[in-house]
Amino acid sequence: MRNRFETQLEELNTELILMGGLIEASISSAVKALIEQDKEQAQKAILADVEIDEKEKEIESLCLKLLLQQQPVARDLRLISAALKMITDMERIGDQAADISEIAIYLSDGPHVKKLETIPEMAKATIKMVSDSIDAFVRKDLVLAEAVIDADDIVDELFLTVKNDLIALIHGNAETGGQALDLLMIAKYFERIGDHAVNIAEWVSFSITGEHKSGRVL
Amino acid sequence: MSNNLNREKMKTTNLDVHYGDFQALKNINIALPQNEITAFIGPSGCGKSTFLKTLNRMNDLVEGCRITGEVLLDGENIYKGMDINLLRKRVGMVFQKPNPFPMSIYDNIAYGPRTHGVSSKLKLDEIVEEALRSAAIWEEAKDRLKKSALSLSGGQQQRICIARALAVKPEILLMDEPTSALDPISTAKIEDLVLELKKDYTIIMVTHNMQQAARVSDNTAFFLLGEIVEYGDTETLFSIPKDKRTEDYITGRFG
Repeated sequence: MRNRFETQLEELNTELILMGGLIEASISSAVKALIEQDKEQAQKAILADVEIDEKEKEIESLCLKLLLQQQPVARDLRLISAALKMITDMERIGDQAADISEIAIYLSDGPHVKKLETIPEMAKATIKMVSDSIDAFVRKDLVLAEAVIDADDIVDELFLTVKNDLIALIHGNAETGGQALDLLMIAKYFERIGDHAVNIAEWVSFSITGEHKSGRVL
Repeated sequence: MSNNLNREKMKTTNLDVHYGDFQALKNINIALPQNEITAFIGPSGCGKSTFLKTLNRMNDLVEGCRITGEVLLDGENIYKGMDINLLRKRVGMVFQKPNPFPMSIYDNIAYGPRTHGVSSKLKLDEIVEEALRSAAIWEEAKDRLKKSALSLSGGQQQRICIARALAVKPEILLMDEPTSALDPISTAKIEDLVLELKKDYTIIMVTHNMQQAARVSDNTAFFLLGEIVEYGDTETLFSIPKDKRTEDYITGRFG
C-alpha cells in the first residue's frame, strides 16, 4: 500500500534538499564575491539563479502531480502544500543572492569605502537560517523551525547596525554615499533572505502541527 | 468540532449493538446536528452501516441483534414506545444500490404517501412532482411518469429512490454509500443534490470515498472496530486529525 506515493514523497524530499543546497551555495558565492571582490563567484551565483528557477518549476510540477494523483489528506496534504509554499520563498532567496552578486561585481573594481564587518556576519546568520529551515523540513523538526523564526531578530538588528554605520560614514564623507547605498542594498537583501527563511520555517511548522502563525489555514 | 449553532437532531448515548456474541458497536456517543451533513467513514465491517441502520431501527428484524443504550430523535428515545412506521417516515433511507420498486416512476414516489393514507389524485400528483423536483429528476422523468422506474439509468434510479424517500417528508435522510454504484457524473449530481437538500433535511451518509466525505460533509465520524475513534469538523479531520488511527486510515496507511 502507498508504495508509489511514498516513493514520490521521498522524491519531493530529495528535490527540496537539492534546491536548498543550490540556494545555500548561491548565497555563499554572493558573499565571497562581495568580500573577496571575486567576479567569478558573482557569476556563479547569477548562473545558479537559473538553475534554482528550474528546480522550483520541477518541484512545483511534482507537487501538482501528487495533488492530482494522490489527493492527499492530513499530514500528506500539509507536507505537499507546505512544499509548494516553501519553494516560492526559496526561489526568491536565489533571486536575492543574484542581486547581491550583481552589486558585488561593480563593487569589485575598486577599494571598499569601509571594512566589511557586519555584512559578513549577516551573511553567516542568514545562511544558517536558510539551511536550518530546510533541515527542519527534512527532519520534521519543530524546535529547529522555531529557532529559525527567533534568529530573524538578530538579522534585523544587524541590518540596523549596518544602516547606522553607513549613515555615520556618509556624515563623515559625503563622497562615500554611492557605495554606502550599494552596501545598504546588500544588507537589505540579506535581511530579506532572513525573512524568506522565516516564511519557510513557518510552513515547516504548519506541515508538522497543522497550525500556521498567520492563523487557521485549514 | 461540529457547528454548535445547529441543534442536535439525533443523539446516541452509550449505544451498544450486539449480533449474538459479536459486538458490532461499542459505546457510541454522538450528536448529529440538524441541517448538516454528517459522514461516516471507516474500513468495511467497522460498524458504520450497522450504526446507520440503528438510527431508524432497521436492525430490529435481524436475528440475535441486541441494542442497549439510547438513540434520541428530538430528545425522544426511538427504542421506547415510538411507532416504528412513524419513525421510518421521519427517518428515511437511501441504499447503496438503487432499488426502485418494479413499478412506474409515479407509483414509486406515491407508494409512501399512499401507505400513510394519502389517496387524493390531486394531492398525490402534487407530492410526486415536488419530490421529483427536490431530487433533481423532475425534468428527466416528467414525460415518462407511467414508465417503469427500472427503465431509467442507475444514476436516475438513485435519484428516484431519493425522491421516494423525500415523498413522505422525512426530517432525516440516511444514505448508505449512495453513489458507490454510480459513474462520476451521476455521483456529482447526487452530491450537488445532497448539498441542496441539507437546507431542509439532516443528512447522514456512509461513504467509502474519502474525497466525497471531504467534499460534501460538514462533520465526519471515523469508525474502527465498532467504535468511533474520532468525530468532528470535516476539514479539521481531513487536515489535522487528532488520532493516529484516523491519520493512518485516511492517508491509506491501513484499511
